[in-house]
Amino acid sequence: MHLSRAKADPRDPAALPRLLLTVLAIVLLWPGLVLTEFKPATLVESRNLDVFARFLAGFWPPDLSSDFLRLLGRATLETLAMATAGLALALLLAVPLSLLCSRALSVSALLTGRPAWLADMLRYPARLLLILLRSIPEIVWALLFVRAVGLGPTAGVLAIAITYSGMLGKVYAEIYESVDQRPARALLQAGSSRLAAFCYGILPTAAQELTSYTLYRWECAVRASVIMGFVGAGGLGQMIDLSIRMFAGGEVVTILLTFLLLVLAADQLSSLLRRRLA
Amino acid sequence: MKRHIEALFWLTLVGAALVWSFNWLQLDLVRLLRQDSLQQMGSYAGSFFPPDTSPTWLRQIFKGALETLAISAIGTLLAALAGAALSLLAAGRLGMLAKDMSRLLLNALRSVPELVWAALMVLAAGLGPFAGTLALALHTTGVLGRLFAEALENTPPGPALALRQAGAGPVAAFCYGTLPGVLTQWLSYTLYRWENNIRMAAVLGFVGAGGLGQMLYFTLSLFQQSRAASVILAMLVLVLLVDALSAWLRNRLG
Repeated sequence: MHLSRAKADPRDPAALPRLLLTVLAIVLLWPGLVLTEFKPATLVESRNLDVFARFLAGFWPPDLSSDFLRLLGRATLETLAMATAGLALALLLAVPLSLLCSRALSVSALLTGRPAWLADMLRYPARLLLILLRSIPEIVWALLFVRAVGLGPTAGVLAIAITYSGMLGKVYAEIYESVDQRPARALLQAGSSRLAAFCYGILPTAAQELTSYTLYRWECAVRASVIMGFVGAGGLGQMIDLSIRMFAGGEVVTILLTFLLLVLAADQLSSLLRRRLA
Repeated sequence: MKRHIEALFWLTLVGAALVWSFNWLQLDLVRLLRQDSLQQMGSYAGSFFPPDTSPTWLRQIFKGALETLAISAIGTLLAALAGAALSLLAAGRLGMLAKDMSRLLLNALRSVPELVWAALMVLAAGLGPFAGTLALALHTTGVLGRLFAEALENTPPGPALALRQAGAGPVAAFCYGTLPGVLTQWLSYTLYRWENNIRMAAVLGFVGAGGLGQMLYFTLSLFQQSRAASVILAMLVLVLLVDALSAWLRNRLG
């Protein structure tokens, strides 16, 4: 009897829980909508619409005057140089820190199987420093450095150096620990110094992974250095920011296209290098 | 041997690129390390301490952090909805023309960085968190749309086909045949992007799009370093909390 009624009932048996879930979601989302001042109507307000329509109308044709292109070329090169120099400086800090905090070179681990607690305690400050370095976004560092050393690419280079040393240091340390440990252990047990054990025991097997991760980070650094111009740290970002402020739509389009090309080119270059070096 | 020479060639090239970079930028690191400029930087860094921990400022920071969370949540949600709609087109369910057009649109949305979208949206929607929400939504739609479409393409077509042949309409066949197969994957992609977007929402404010970033930008411009220091600390705590939470969730669910 009951079964036949259920068969005849066309309603979805899961309807009520679904309805309750939807109501709950809306109740939870409501404060979010209020906090974000979610008013789609502002988009079609005549004042905003007017400004934006005028801006959009300027998008075509893209600005291709030779003066502007020359400026653009300089900014593109500056962006690339910022990423490269920043990453090089990051390596200066990341390599020593990664050696400090990796457990792969622990001498005490040879005897007892795990590092001595005192040595482990000494690794923690290095780890903490790496976490602090990478947890503050690079653009915040750029904003701070622009105020400390002035407008221009120097601030961007320092910002990349700081954040990326944190990221590279952490991953490098993990890579040292993930490769075959036996060569390094054998060297350490035979009485070689830690640096020698690293160079001849770990580096040969880890080099490939280290190179490809570094190249990947270089790609990220190119993208990041475009963004950092928005706070005044030079490069393409500063040009986009200026052009948007001046409502120069044509310039914005040209810069965005350049940015796309730059990211694509960096992508290709890094995969080429990865194939050749790694 | 040949391989060694080739590697040497590429390494030289990398070295040359490094030298060129430092030359082009004319980075005067030596000048940065000189006494007076170090002193200057030191005194600027010192002015951030101690961070402002007065209750009124902390309350404002808390509000800013909530705003940041709300921007990221609403932005990601909008993106998930728009991404789901576009992914249907991009997975080729409604014809080849729609597929190519929607793929082009998704690529365009994705390749413009969030901060550029934010600067553009500030023009379209005015200063404030709404611009940040839209910016995140636009960029994330591009990312999620592509991921969603890939999930759709990889899901087995059997259940939906069976429903269709049994006489179900296309909508019902999608809802009961395809959606259950992709929903968990869609959800995990969305959560992963949300995590990214929380971090991004914290800095979108630099171009005037609300949240903690806007507070940091204002306080630094007004030379209120001790207030700025507490905003930076709040950002740090937010990022670390999100990292810890997502690592914990991944351990539990993964």
